[in-house]
Amino acid sequence: MPTKIEKDAVTGTDTTGHEWDGIKELNTPLPKWWLYTFYATILWALGYFVLYPAWPGLSGHTAGVLGWTMRGEISESLAQAAAAQAPFVNRIGAASLEDIAKSTDLRNFAIAGGRSVFAVNCAPCHGAGAAGSKGFPNLVDDNWIWGGTLDDIHTTIQNGIRNSNPDSRIAQMPRFGADKILDAKQIDDVAEYVLSLSRRSRNAAAVERGAVVFSENCEACHLQGGVGNPEMGAPSLAANIWLYGGDKATLVETITNSRAGAMPAWSERLDAARIKMLTVYVHALGGGK
Amino acid sequence: MRWAAANETARGAKDVTKMDGGVAQGPAHTPEIDSAVSIKTQKAAMPLYASRIKVHPKNVSGIYRNIKWAMLAACLAVYYIAPWLRWDRGSFAPNQAILIDLPGRRAYFFFLEIWPQEVYFLTGILVLAAFGLFLATALFGRIWCGYACPQTVWTDLFMLVERWIEGDRNARIRLDAAPASLGKFAKRTAKHASWIVLSLATGGACILFFGDAPTLLAELFTGRASASEYFFVGLFATTTYVLAGFAREQVCTYMCPWPRFQSAMLDDRSYVVTYEDWRGEPRGRLAKRPDGSDPFVGRGDCVDCNACVATCPTGIDIRDGQQLECIGCGLCIDACNAVMDKVGRPRSLIRFDTLDNQRARAEGGKPVHRLIRARTVLYAVLLVIVGSIMLVGVVLRSTVELTVQRDRNPLFVRLVDGSVRNAYTVHVLNKTHAQRDYTLTLEDLPGARLSMVGGDGAADRLVLSAKPDQVASYRVFVTLPDGASTKHESTHIEFKLRAADGRDQAERETVFIAPPQ
Repeated sequence: MPTKIEKDAVTGTDTTGHEWDGIKELNTPLPKWWLYTFYATILWALGYFVLYPAWPGLSGHTAGVLGWTMRGEISESLAQAAAAQAPFVNRIGAASLEDIAKSTDLRNFAIAGGRSVFAVNCAPCHGAGAAGSKGFPNLVDDNWIWGGTLDDIHTTIQNGIRNSNPDSRIAQMPRFGADKILDAKQIDDVAEYVLSLSRRSRNAAAVERGAVVFSENCEACHLQGGVGNPEMGAPSLAANIWLYGGDKATLVETITNSRAGAMPAWSERLDAARIKMLTVYVHALGGGK
Repeated sequence: MRWAAANETARGAKDVTKMDGGVAQGPAHTPEIDSAVSIKTQKAAMPLYASRIKVHPKNVSGIYRNIKWAMLAACLAVYYIAPWLRWDRGSFAPNQAILIDLPGRRAYFFFLEIWPQEVYFLTGILVLAAFGLFLATALFGRIWCGYACPQTVWTDLFMLVERWIEGDRNARIRLDAAPASLGKFAKRTAKHASWIVLSLATGGACILFFGDAPTLLAELFTGRASASEYFFVGLFATTTYVLAGFAREQVCTYMCPWPRFQSAMLDDRSYVVTYEDWRGEPRGRLAKRPDGSDPFVGRGDCVDCNACVATCPTGIDIRDGQQLECIGCGLCIDACNAVMDKVGRPRSLIRFDTLDNQRARAEGGKPVHRLIRARTVLYAVLLVIVGSIMLVGVVLRSTVELTVQRDRNPLFVRLVDGSVRNAYTVHVLNKTHAQRDYTLTLEDLPGARLSMVGGDGAADRLVLSAKPDQVASYRVFVTLPDGASTKHESTHIEFKLRAADGRDQAERETVFIAPPQ
């Protein structure tokens, strides 16, 4: 309890009346502006409690009369963004792929939109720069397994490869070794022949033998000279661009056990306009035909 | 203890003033003026963090007051007229002479158009302004503070309104002291209403520099302007109302950093407001002598009428000498000259003069005016150098720029035919107000071919077009045929961009990466 409030001689200020071991405290109250600002923040907080989510409970929190949520705010801004993009997206939905690629405006929008769709959906396999990796094709070069025209790319994205979609692109290379179609010697020879297609073989005799095996077993799909057939999803063997690796051991493994990479049918997950934008983007990466 | 001593001295000084006032009689003596004691003297009697003592500056007339009115009119005219000036830039750019177009990322100043990456022009303008201020201060003291600073201009304007409505100094003091009445309420309401209108006009004019003035003004009045526009009108109106209506001299004394370091630009040969204490002291009330002799014999010219204090917008006493609070407006000079005329003593007891000259005058010497000194020459030379750099920069400002970003993922691509390709994102900045075609060529990589998305195939040059006042982006491929190998993995190359009419060009260096052979 304050005992004796007295006026301090030096400063002319009242003391609080407390005394500790002879030390007396001057009564210098908080500045008014500070105090009123403090009261104002209390009022503000009370208003906030009522209007916004504030108090945590055991199974949730008070919602606030405004019904505001962070999630609601973001869906609102997403809806706004979608509305702002709508004119372009609608035009892209209505235009043919060729028209999109020809029109500077639509192409730029499609490439920008396609880039973000690619980053979310395609980059995990094909890489952020679309350069692919072992088993996942490089989309930047001009070597295409299923064709590199706008329509080819569109079909591939839409229906995917070796998946459960009825329209999926399907191609199955026989397991020449595992199913005993070719023996080990033949596989070795044909691998040597495939090496020679990109001028990397040093065994002319094996190449000669392999050529015979190739024409009997492989040419139906990979065509004469191994140039590949996008119609059938048969990659070019002459371009020295390899999906699984082009050294002899990998070639032997591929011929023995076959390969069967898969890709989802994106029509099941993306809308038509986005698939078109993605198509134009992939085509414009540089390898489009 | 030091403060207590100062308090004692100040109280003593005050008492003496009062006693003098009691016995003194003279032509300049009126009870109201008598009560004018400098704020400094009153503050000295108070502890630290004393609340503000209201300053009631008295109106005055004279040469400096006229200069101040003229500057007020000129500054306000510039502020309110500038956004309405037009400048024809063709149909692809706004025609407002001075415009900071934030959404469009452009700043326009008559013939000059600044893109965001050219913000160094703004830096240059600020550096010029700083050196200009240094030079002006070294020559003439705080003329910026006294005449041209927005704080001074708007405070002066608000005081003018205050004077029209509530009357001059004495009337205002009486009104402050008067009990609440309908008349007082009406005057106060009229004053604050006028201030608010002025504040809104200030805030409103401010945002006109950031948008098309006629459109924006119409939008502001019809409620169609954006929330951010109203916010900034409100913000600047509030700051005007508070700073010019209430804070006033406190802004100069406590808030503004400039008075704190302006003394670095001043020396003893700078012109500042000085009081000729050698002539004025000892001061005293003017009293008729019984024998009818000259009342000024044996005393100073200062009749201690306090007119200089009463008229000071910052409430100081210039006779205390040079002080931080003095904004150098010279209104005390006008006030003192009027009194000197009345009592028949020479003018300029308070005058714009150098400290050196004051010393010389005190000793009966001749004043020396030296505007050209090492300090002023240095500031002037810096001003000229920066100005020249700016001028050269503006004259040689290119109308086209080229930026090149190379793809880093992947670094290069090998194509079916064995050639190696790098991809680049090329930005063409067309700073002219016309659609332009540019030719892009490549140097330092023999045999390379250029192609681009949306283009017609490989060639040794590409034609890129850019819309007026826009940045055009292209994805450009550089393909090096199989066999035309590079010496190193990374080869320095240079893109060259030439306007189709051949006048403007831009270059940009980058690298071409090919796998090791």
